[in-house]
Amino acid sequence: MTAIGKVSLQDAVLQRGRSRERSRLLVFNHVVLLALTAFAIVPLLVLAFNSVKTNLEIGQNPLGPPINIVTDNFPNAWAKGHFATTMGNSIIYVVATIAAELVFGGLAAYALARKRPPGSDALMLYFLVASTIPLWMYIVPLFVQINALKRIGIDARLLLIMVYVAGNAPLTIFLLRSYMIDLPSELEDAARVDGANEFQVLTRIVIPLTMPGFLTVGLVVGLGVWNEFLLALTFIHDPNQYPVTTSFYKFVDRFDRDWALTSAGAVIIIFPVMVLFLALQRQFINGLAEGGIKT
Amino acid sequence: MAVLTQQKPTTVFEKLNDETWRRKFLRNVLIPWLFIAPLLILHIYVVTVPAVQGIYMSMTDWKGVGQNANFIGLENYRELFFEDETFGKAFGNNMIWMIFFLTVPFVLALFAATMLSQIKRGGMLYRSILFIPYVLASVVTITIWKNLLNPQRGIGAALDNMLGLENTFGIAYLGRPESALMSIAFIDNWHFWGFLMILFLAAMQAIPPVLYDAAKIDGANRWDEFRHVTLPGIRPVVLFMFMMVAIWSFLAFDYIFLSTQGGPGGASEVIATLLYKNAFFRFEAGYGAAMGVVISIFAGFIIMIFVTLRRRGWDI
Repeated sequence: MTAIGKVSLQDAVLQRGRSRERSRLLVFNHVVLLALTAFAIVPLLVLAFNSVKTNLEIGQNPLGPPINIVTDNFPNAWAKGHFATTMGNSIIYVVATIAAELVFGGLAAYALARKRPPGSDALMLYFLVASTIPLWMYIVPLFVQINALKRIGIDARLLLIMVYVAGNAPLTIFLLRSYMIDLPSELEDAARVDGANEFQVLTRIVIPLTMPGFLTVGLVVGLGVWNEFLLALTFIHDPNQYPVTTSFYKFVDRFDRDWALTSAGAVIIIFPVMVLFLALQRQFINGLAEGGIKT
Repeated sequence: MAVLTQQKPTTVFEKLNDETWRRKFLRNVLIPWLFIAPLLILHIYVVTVPAVQGIYMSMTDWKGVGQNANFIGLENYRELFFEDETFGKAFGNNMIWMIFFLTVPFVLALFAATMLSQIKRGGMLYRSILFIPYVLASVVTITIWKNLLNPQRGIGAALDNMLGLENTFGIAYLGRPESALMSIAFIDNWHFWGFLMILFLAAMQAIPPVLYDAAKIDGANRWDEFRHVTLPGIRPVVLFMFMMVAIWSFLAFDYIFLSTQGGPGGASEVIATLLYKNAFFRFEAGYGAAMGVVISIFAGFIIMIFVTLRRRGWDI
């Protein structure tokens, strides 16, 4: 009895010491994390501040919160940056790429995960190897190829979407396939017994059950296209077809000294992404993490 | 007749006449391949065919549409490695870039992920905020930091003001040859490291807590825990990202092109920006293609190192 009492007393002392140590250490954790949080967020705050200042005020107070809030910068930037056009273009690029990627990627992943026709392994190897080919290896010949297609009258926007869909194909197939491969086959078999054809099995059974995979691919691909710069710069030369990124690049070049205007423009570009990110934090973070590991 | 249908078809013609075989072929071979075909064909057309063309193009002196392309063998490569000093400089900058990105973001991300994995309340909020820079477009990130690094109106100038100094911190970080490359790396890292942290954090959270309990019983302190439980647990992810980041270091383009275009005087030039300028500004298509092949060889080399290490029994 005494022995047990001793042990538990020791335990209690130990426990107290430990929890005190723990809480002190957690203060340290929070201090570090708050500092890192400030590092991440303060540059964005400065951007937001400057987007509601006049250039005169930015000259005197380039980093602090605004003293007088003005909202003129946004309509000015919207008009001078042709955002009505370029936002529309970017939305077209994003929506069309996601749609094509999910339809064609979904079909291919379904075939590779559930049907496994002869040659599947070779095809997976092809996509694995192809996913390591850097863009720089093929961008020059691709430019020639795309230009030839443009000359025969094919819309450059369609061609850019094609390039985006192809570039994201390996990632899409790996991700969707990994979701579909985990499905138990009993459900499909039951549907087939009930007379469903291949297409119905895919749309009624497989897609609803692998929705998180489709959402992940949609977010990863959509964010990538919205932010994409290099390919748009290379293939889109008509200002009426610019996405927000390349258009903003020229805009900043032209209004170099007008910080109020360019800051407002930057806020306009990141606004849709921020809204979506804050609404779907978990899916965004997990999706991008998954995409990063699987590629 | 009954005997015939029960027999397994042997010749192609018999097979084609066999109803059940045809349906099986349709369901198990033809339809799956029709499902695969659109994306596969598109991918071959956009990636693989131009990649192969790129190898050929790199052995020509082609200078763009309307010019003749003469086969010149490995002449472009000889020029790249033995004559073109800008290429040597760019390659050196890629190596500096790689060393920076294999250390700074990894240390930062490991540290932050460890801190984050130990707290219980508010973890989600920190995680989200630290991740925000990663979802920003490169054009926006560069605009933000060009302003913050401005010699007259940026952070440096504010610091000088506070300390009563002049032009000490308020210098043109992006405009000076000695600081341009590191400043861009700093900006890119501001955008990038949160992503790495999320990957490490996810891996840390997958470590069974019982391992930490066992370490505590053995009297491990926090460093021991990190060294002997956390690090081995997340090792596969860390090593995989080592490989990816090493590859990405040779592909770096956006941040450099958007901030300095490789300047001043080639101080922040990397192979990708040099390639872009050669191919699309000077129309040296063959020469640019050769640089693309060189980048790919470097990337392939890094992958080979990792595959070899794994074959030798490294747990990667």
